[in-house]
Amino acid sequence: MKSRLLEIHGPRGWAIWGALMIIFAFIVPSLVPEQYALILGKYCCFAMVALAVDLVWGFAGILSLGHCLFFALGGYAMGMYLLRSVGTSGVYRSELPDFMVFLDWKELPWFWRGFDNFWFALSMAVLVPGFVGFVFGYFAFRSRIKGVYFSIITQALTYAAMLLFFRNETGFGGNNGLTDFKTMYGYSLRDPSTKAFLFSLSVIALGLAYLSCRFLVTSKYGAVLRAVRDDEPKTRFTGYNTLNYKWFAWTFSTMLCGIAGALYVPQVGIINPSEMQPSNSIEAVIWVATGGRGTLLGPILGAFLVSGSKSVLTAAVPDLWLFFLGALFVVVTLLLPRGIAGLAQGPLRKKAHGH
Amino acid sequence: MVTETLTAPPSSPPAARREKSSDRPSPRKVSDERAQQIREKRKKALLCVDDISVSFDGFKALTDLTLILDKGELRCIIGPNGAGKTTLMDVMTGKTKPDKGSVFFLDELENLTGLSEHEIARRGIGRKFQRPTVFPQHTARENIELALKTNKGVLASLFGRYTAADKERVDQTLEEVGLKDERTRLAGTLAHGQKQWLEIGMLLAQDPQVLLVDEPIAGMTHQEVERTAELLRRLTPAHTVVVIEHDMDFVRSIATDVVTVLHEGKLLSEGPMDTVQADPRVIEVYLGE
Amino acid sequence: MKLVTFRLFLLLLIAASALTGSAFADEARPDVSGLGSEDLAEVTRAIVSIGKSSSPEAIEILSALEAGQIERDSARRVFLRKESGELVPLTGGSPEGTTKKVTLNNVARRTLGETLARLSLTASDVNVRRAAAERLADQPDPETVEFIRSLVEAEKDAKTKGFMDLAIAKVDLRSPDRARRLAAAKAIIASEDISLVAELKAIVGKGPNSYIEPDPEVRREFSRALSTVERRIVKINAISNTIYGLSLGSVLLLAALGLAITFGLMRVINMAHGEMLMLGAYATFFVRERLVAIGPEITEWYLLFAIPFAFAVTFGAGVLLERLVIRHLYGRPLETLLATWGLSLILIQAVRLVFGAQNVAVANPEWLSGGFELMPALVVPYSRIAVLLFTAIVVLFVAYILRGTSIGLRVRSVTQNRETAAALGIPTRRVDTLTFGLGSGLAGLGGVALSQLGNVGPELGQQHIIDSFVVVVLGGVGNILGTVIAGFGLGIANKLLEPSVGAVLGKIFLLVILILFIQIRPQGLFAQKGRAAESA
Repeated sequence: MKSRLLEIHGPRGWAIWGALMIIFAFIVPSLVPEQYALILGKYCCFAMVALAVDLVWGFAGILSLGHCLFFALGGYAMGMYLLRSVGTSGVYRSELPDFMVFLDWKELPWFWRGFDNFWFALSMAVLVPGFVGFVFGYFAFRSRIKGVYFSIITQALTYAAMLLFFRNETGFGGNNGLTDFKTMYGYSLRDPSTKAFLFSLSVIALGLAYLSCRFLVTSKYGAVLRAVRDDEPKTRFTGYNTLNYKWFAWTFSTMLCGIAGALYVPQVGIINPSEMQPSNSIEAVIWVATGGRGTLLGPILGAFLVSGSKSVLTAAVPDLWLFFLGALFVVVTLLLPRGIAGLAQGPLRKKAHGH
Repeated sequence: MVTETLTAPPSSPPAARREKSSDRPSPRKVSDERAQQIREKRKKALLCVDDISVSFDGFKALTDLTLILDKGELRCIIGPNGAGKTTLMDVMTGKTKPDKGSVFFLDELENLTGLSEHEIARRGIGRKFQRPTVFPQHTARENIELALKTNKGVLASLFGRYTAADKERVDQTLEEVGLKDERTRLAGTLAHGQKQWLEIGMLLAQDPQVLLVDEPIAGMTHQEVERTAELLRRLTPAHTVVVIEHDMDFVRSIATDVVTVLHEGKLLSEGPMDTVQADPRVIEVYLGE
Repeated sequence: MKLVTFRLFLLLLIAASALTGSAFADEARPDVSGLGSEDLAEVTRAIVSIGKSSSPEAIEILSALEAGQIERDSARRVFLRKESGELVPLTGGSPEGTTKKVTLNNVARRTLGETLARLSLTASDVNVRRAAAERLADQPDPETVEFIRSLVEAEKDAKTKGFMDLAIAKVDLRSPDRARRLAAAKAIIASEDISLVAELKAIVGKGPNSYIEPDPEVRREFSRALSTVERRIVKINAISNTIYGLSLGSVLLLAALGLAITFGLMRVINMAHGEMLMLGAYATFFVRERLVAIGPEITEWYLLFAIPFAFAVTFGAGVLLERLVIRHLYGRPLETLLATWGLSLILIQAVRLVFGAQNVAVANPEWLSGGFELMPALVVPYSRIAVLLFTAIVVLFVAYILRGTSIGLRVRSVTQNRETAAALGIPTRRVDTLTFGLGSGLAGLGGVALSQLGNVGPELGQQHIIDSFVVVVLGGVGNILGTVIAGFGLGIANKLLEPSVGAVLGKIFLLVILILFIQIRPQGLFAQKGRAAESA
């Protein structure tokens, strides 16, 4: 296993990976202004979501329109920890988080217990999305829901979750979500050095996420996953239990999203149900499509490019952003089905069949 | 599954549950009594399709069909369109669950009904589709590797690697189907005939006990047809081969053993080629078309 | 409260028709001059005297007084202000100076109520009696009830008698007389009047230390009355939920029908389908705005113009969409999904820029406002009924197009086997375009219907798209009948769940049910099995 891990890149690949890690995690934070580091840190989280979407869509052919649900779940887990660590220094000076005081709750709901502990919260940020994905994946794959059906149902799932989280009674701050965080692991979130650290952490997390995906797709598992994508019945007749293959990739992908969400929340300082709205998940899909699905570098690039355009356009010409995004969807699917990575690879590998 | 006679076994629960979630063989009773009965009646029998019925929306695709395959036999199944040939294959490979009846693997005295496709495949029933189905975005070599008889579980595929013996088998198979020079090409870019051969290579790598071949010569040139016929003959008696075909000339050229004729989902006639051809019912069905 | 005005309106209708019909024959007119007095005691006396006169107009005049339609001028002459605004002199002469409404104090009003009740309950016209009894049953007061008691035996009309009994019962609920209470309970059982539920609950319950109703037999009877009334409420709720569910279902159905065609028949998933609904609704808005500029008479009939216009707009949009984008993506459903999502973003933003981001209201035409009283306490708005009918027509229209026309035959043949259809000389690409246009046009019609039920905003389509997909999936892809049943079923289920678990949880509940449902019937409620389904 150890050597399989080393094999996923050639020496040159490892060298480039290491160099990029060092530059972005350690040199860039000291060079760029604070607000840009914040934006780049956000993008790193987005890029992890893009990797997660790509793993299931680009490699297993499962298009999820609900991945931001898992992102948000991870974010909420971290948000709960951050809110608990506010302690009694909230507006109402209460032991309870402000929104609970506001709703006149007398004690902490059971599902908030344990979230005062950072490591518990962190593991929940991975396990809760993973569990939801695990259960949902089991039902969906077991009944062989695929293609657009699957996509629509994931969209319905995140939509339902959003409605649920909008309710005050659900216990996660309703409409406003969780916000007004102060410290994380004892460090002030306003402190520039904390921010720089979070940025470096995002870069490293992205680098590790990339490596783990690379490990998956270069293994025999990856070959089977692509076989499932191209011809699932045939893969079954070849003796593979495709349910388990898809299930594993799906669950892994949801956990990856959870980590991204957990890193995202302390950087932006808020998590609310609008993170779960279906359009967010579809936007994540367009990062992957733009960058090139079925590759690993493409989606990362796509996440940075599309999010970057969004930041620039919504600031400069807010009315045009949706036109741009809409057009991007159309142009990429019609003219660039393999995305930017496809452009880079050149016109080889004509798609051999169309199912 | 306890029955006294050969005629009416209780039917297993139909289509509702499609797939078992586990990778392990399900805890079904390996020594199935009904299978044992059949085995005792016919020592050579390997696979038994026992009193199967399948219907789609009232349309009866198969009715009370029983079929016993002997070990090492080359069985041809013929019949006009809509006779139920493909449905029969779907039932044998677990793609379609029968409304009634069972499929038994007599080697292990095991009931295959209700098992999912991959479980049946792992027990040694391979299937070749009518249209060449290979994985187009994998290289020819990867296609063979995927088919190779190894541990096909998720964990094994994550951390496992191909052994030297595995690699040699892959090379051997590529050689056998004449694709050694094409091994790094994407399967989708191969010519039609090459894809057919690649698929056959995949089946060989899977090393099945029973090989189900659906219309193997569709779209082949005359030369390729001959090569295919020769290959199918060569596969027996090491494997049991079932060929579904409606090209009578081709069937005549390969049918050394029993030929089965299906008509409207029922068994119309069974026996050596000459007998079957002389059967007035068969003649009527074929001329009546 | 609404109900009261509604009944009052009925009464006035009767009164008004009688007024115009009798044209005020002078000799039969009672002396109304007292109404012109500023002294309310005199007004009260005048009311009594009008009540005592045998004039057939007395009821009309007193009803008008109650409705505030009697006015007087500075010379104490009395006039009737008709609905049209016209002043009819009741004491002769034309008004001097400005006229003022005759206002009443409590004494006068009570006298008026009693007099009116007595007059109308003894009127010879059964409709007048019935309306009066119903009004009294709604808000009985102890004084009139004594009077009703004297009349109830003589009443021949069963309905009128029922109302009278109810009026008496309401007053007698807490009467010291046991027999009266018992009779009250029986009358309530007979009437099934639901307004008494709280009162009955209190009566059968316990006071501080003993039962409020001391007599066990009477209490038992009241309990029976309570359960009758509660059953009645359950029934009314069930009916009203069903009706509202049907109405929601018809909206879902209109949205899903087009989708069933584009997604079901053509295997094209169109995420911009919801925006076709939105375009249809805005087309209606647009047509109405244009017609308002022309004139009120034509605005009344704007739907007649809006329906074809909305269909044309969305049909055209659908054709464009198919030609420019979807055509190039056949066989790639996931890409189609993404591209059409992009188009929906563009459409939403475009509408935002043209019509503004705020919701706009499309007023119902006059003939669709108001409602129809299905049973007491249950009014169904006409717009809902109209949408239901409209949906039925559209469904029949679609069924006819698909089953009864050569276009439909072509569509179905292309759906079933594209290659064979092409080989038979059917222009498959044209059929694709037309089918897509039809599906979009149907969504446009759905938009017209939606505009009649609520406000119209750029996000209108987004709100409906997921539900419509659910309908299509539930109904079984490509199955129009299945879509119809799934649409109504989902609509009703939604409305039935809403009161018990709330709208949001109801929705979540349904989505969970859908996911579980697909476990059992992956092909929808009305699965097509066999080869066709396998290749799907």
